Amino acid sequence: MMNFDYVRPLTVAEAVAAASEKGATYLASGTNLLDLMKGGVCHPSRLVDVTRLPGLDRVEYLADGGVRIGALVRNADLAHDAEFARAFPSVAEALLSGASAQLRNAATVGGNVLQRTRCAYFYDAPSACNKRWPGAGCDARHGENRLHAVLGWSEACIATHPSDFCVPLVALDAVVEIEGKSGRREVALEALHRLPGDTPQRETLLERGDLIVALRLPAEARGFAAHARYIKVRERTSYAFAVVSAAASLRIEQGTIREARLALGGVAAKPWRARAAEQVLAGAAPDAAGFREAARIALADAKPSGDNAFKIELAERIVVRALTLATAGTPARIPALPGSPFSSGVRHVA
Amino acid sequence: MSLELTRDPAHLRHGSNIGQPLTRRDGVLKVKGQARYAADNHPPAMLYAVIAVSTIARGRVTSLDVDAAKRYPGVVDVMTPSHKPPLAEDPDGKPNPFAFKMELLQNDEVRYANQAIAVVIAETLEAATEGAALLSPQYHIEPARVGLDGAESYAPPVVGIGNPAEVRHGDVDVALAGASNRIEATYETPAQYHNAMEPHAMVASWDGDKLSIDTPSQGMAMAQMRLGGLLGIPPVNIHIRSPFLGGGFGSKGLVSGPQVLGIMAAKLVGRPVKLVLRRDQMYGPVGHRPPTRQTLRIGTDGEGRLTAIDHHAKVTTSTFDDFYEPAADASHTRYASPAIKTSHEAVRVDTGTPLFMRAPGEATGSIALESAIDEIAVACGMDPLDFRLKNYAEVEPISGKPFSSKALRQCYAKGAERFGWAGRPLAPRQMRDDDGFLVGWGMGTATFPALMFQAQARAVIRSDGSGVMESGAHDMGQGAWTALAQIAADGLGLGIDQVEFRSGTSDLPDAGIAGGSAHTATAGAAIHNAGAAVIAKLADLATNDEHSPLFGAGNAGVIAREGRLFRRDDEARSESYADILTRAGVAEIEASGGGAADPAAQSSYAMHAHGAVFAEVKVDPELGQVRVTRLVGAFAAGRIINPRLVQSQLFGGMIWGVSFALHEEAVMDHRSGRILNANLAEYHIPVNADVPSLDVLTVDEHDPHVNALGIKGVGEIGVTGSAGAVANAVWHATGVRVRRFPIRIDDLLTRL
Repeated sequence: MMNFDYVRPLTVAEAVAAASEKGATYLASGTNLLDLMKGGVCHPSRLVDVTRLPGLDRVEYLADGGVRIGALVRNADLAHDAEFARAFPSVAEALLSGASAQLRNAATVGGNVLQRTRCAYFYDAPSACNKRWPGAGCDARHGENRLHAVLGWSEACIATHPSDFCVPLVALDAVVEIEGKSGRREVALEALHRLPGDTPQRETLLERGDLIVALRLPAEARGFAAHARYIKVRERTSYAFAVVSAAASLRIEQGTIREARLALGGVAAKPWRARAAEQVLAGAAPDAAGFREAARIALADAKPSGDNAFKIELAERIVVRALTLATAGTPARIPALPGSPFSSGVRHVA
Repeated sequence: MSLELTRDPAHLRHGSNIGQPLTRRDGVLKVKGQARYAADNHPPAMLYAVIAVSTIARGRVTSLDVDAAKRYPGVVDVMTPSHKPPLAEDPDGKPNPFAFKMELLQNDEVRYANQAIAVVIAETLEAATEGAALLSPQYHIEPARVGLDGAESYAPPVVGIGNPAEVRHGDVDVALAGASNRIEATYETPAQYHNAMEPHAMVASWDGDKLSIDTPSQGMAMAQMRLGGLLGIPPVNIHIRSPFLGGGFGSKGLVSGPQVLGIMAAKLVGRPVKLVLRRDQMYGPVGHRPPTRQTLRIGTDGEGRLTAIDHHAKVTTSTFDDFYEPAADASHTRYASPAIKTSHEAVRVDTGTPLFMRAPGEATGSIALESAIDEIAVACGMDPLDFRLKNYAEVEPISGKPFSSKALRQCYAKGAERFGWAGRPLAPRQMRDDDGFLVGWGMGTATFPALMFQAQARAVIRSDGSGVMESGAHDMGQGAWTALAQIAADGLGLGIDQVEFRSGTSDLPDAGIAGGSAHTATAGAAIHNAGAAVIAKLADLATNDEHSPLFGAGNAGVIAREGRLFRRDDEARSESYADILTRAGVAEIEASGGGAADPAAQSSYAMHAHGAVFAEVKVDPELGQVRVTRLVGAFAAGRIINPRLVQSQLFGGMIWGVSFALHEEAVMDHRSGRILNANLAEYHIPVNADVPSLDVLTVDEHDPHVNALGIKGVGEIGVTGSAGAVANAVWHATGVRVRRFPIRIDDLLTRL
């Protein structure tokens, strides 16, 4: 291996200072970064191990009804936090649909948000990739790309963001707390990840040294707990990234959708909030025709980036399914096959 | 090598060891991490070698920055085409049909991605890894030839190992022209790559012209021969230890290039060297299952009797060697048809040479054939099981030979009963479960030839009454340490705990290759015969000794059981092994035995294991995701030595079938020829959640012809039939016939 510095700061301020140097990268559990380093994709000159930073591994229920999730909380710990799963069931289901039990035990929520794409050309060092080497070109664009993006992609990059967790989070207006050289700031998760444009190497709006210290869900996110699902189609039942996924959260009163939240995963370089579809749903009856219309609107701007036109059709159907299942009601327990279409029936609501 | 093996208190034995469901005798060693695999060895002063591999699929290496690698702290040497120990034999030569060409830095040519182009040897694995990265190879790149349409095709000279590429029986064209029902369909199967848990590893130590190696091998004697030829030393000078393999599946049957490079590296630096392939480095030099495109034309008469099967397979092979997946040969043995034609065509592409991968030919061929049989049954309006029974082959269709035994009818009956096949609607898309998912049932026939290679064993009975059995067998995880010890115990007339079974090293008698599902049969026959031979010697001693109660009984009149010889006609007269040897003043007696095919029986009979697999799948009617929910396999494979191990082999094979039908595929960039999913995260095989409750039944079968013990082998048959059963169930659930494997969401989505 290439040699690199390894530092383990004890305060956030020290961490930010240590990571503000060129070539430095934060290391949490390393479930993604270490693979990238071994594969020759990333070559950090300094790893700033944040796992010993105090206070970042707690789930705090805030007085206003919101929740603050420390960046070092493990995926599994959050998903199995009973109060969290009751209040934000689609987030827990998404977490448990991701990776494997072993990875979820290790991986942190902050790392989950910042995980890199699974585009094979990004991982394959000899292939051309604008993320790895700006200006090199994109071998995925005319390569083996049946799983690539259908929304928000550019000629420079057609990679997708692979996180399950981020999909319901973005639907529920999650906020990211960032500590940086000039202090603390907050951004909406929806704004954190960037679309590729001409600069796919810039994946987020984080600046050098910026450290995600927490994620927050607002109190309003609890209002969807009775009608919230995450549905993920993948090529095997576990330990596979989404081909396409959807998080649907509804607030239904007297048979009418008062408010809808909808986001898609596996379709774009960021977790994809479908706001136009949400607006159509709000005030409508929760029925199949309305869901199909919402799905059509959600995917209206989609176009294939390669051999992946099926993902558009699939995404529309998953939107309908997720809305249908959300309407039917959040299950009393997270299903044994979290996120799987097989965890729930396919009988439709009227 | 001899092991401290588990003495399982849980099993019961009633005289015979064979047939008992013993747990693996090496199981506790493995659970406790005490089983020493090849890469666990660290001889004193050992160095680490890492291969640098080509990133292009075709061309030449024009430069390597050897100096940069050598400057890296800890790097000891860099082996390149211009700096390597001499070889006694050209690695591109073909000294025998089982010798496949390998890349041993003989030149600067690159013939596939992931080919070794240099070896960096260092004090640490990390230094060797970094040294390999620092070589920064430059290439002259030529366009890669990729996939089944990557080059012009030709008729291969042979397929498999020496099988004719084209076989005709009757006239399929005439028969098809006159057929009442006909189908023609083309199926595609993907490239699949070996992913045994244990990657190929080599720990090599030289002492003059003697070589000592730890390496996983499915054929130590063949490895000695091959290595001896390449290295220019007598095979007997090579000592191989291979007590455990973390899976072989055919990839460790022949020594691979990287393993030889580890030995060469040790020679170059004059110190022991360890070389272990990284997971991604296995996608190239250790064999793979090539992609196939198979066209089947099948005809029947008006009553659903087959009149013609024409099975044509296009396969890829490498540009520099010849191995042709004998996919179409699957149609030789399964269904009675007066006209059968099988043929192959091949394309040379820039990959490593495809080689043996669990059920080579049978796996690829059977998923196509079993799908096509399902299609023709539909065309005939017949239930797939009824169709198969109507076309049951009473003799081997292609040769006309009688089967040595064939309990396939019972497999069909028992499997169908256990599955609940009766009442299956003929038309597809008729069944839904309570949750609204589409449900489908499909089936497939399984066959695999009952092969025999050649093996030797040596048996000893000691004056303390205990026994020793030696045969250099290969435990790939399938349980050779246990099953062969069971045969050894019965052969020696001893309890299994009284027999020291020595195995897993090349200085023991050659147990033959552990491949072709033939290891238990072949090594078992040798062990059985060695046991009989040493008992005969013991009986000679006793019956010629006037002080023995067996005096005068003669060989034929004595039987061995529980450490004693008994007069056959008077069980009251017996004597223990220990007493016989002690009185004779002999510390131990020994004898050898061999196992091999009986040529007379082989020319008279067709020998195959058979089975029937029934699958249930559920399909999401809108999203197209498929889930296997039940899998029942009924198999007739001759004598079962250890039912627990056999069940495990058949489970594994059936899961492989699920993988074939729904998951497994190497994705290759069509321009660069690089494999894009050379890792276990993206090269999908079923996870636990994809595997339903499996049900395996075995049907008793007494085969007097295959070998003395009546064993047919179970290592590969589970794959065959299962893949087709799953694919047919997907059709039955959805009405959509997918002819490209693995079946993907996109294949179903818009057709549901």
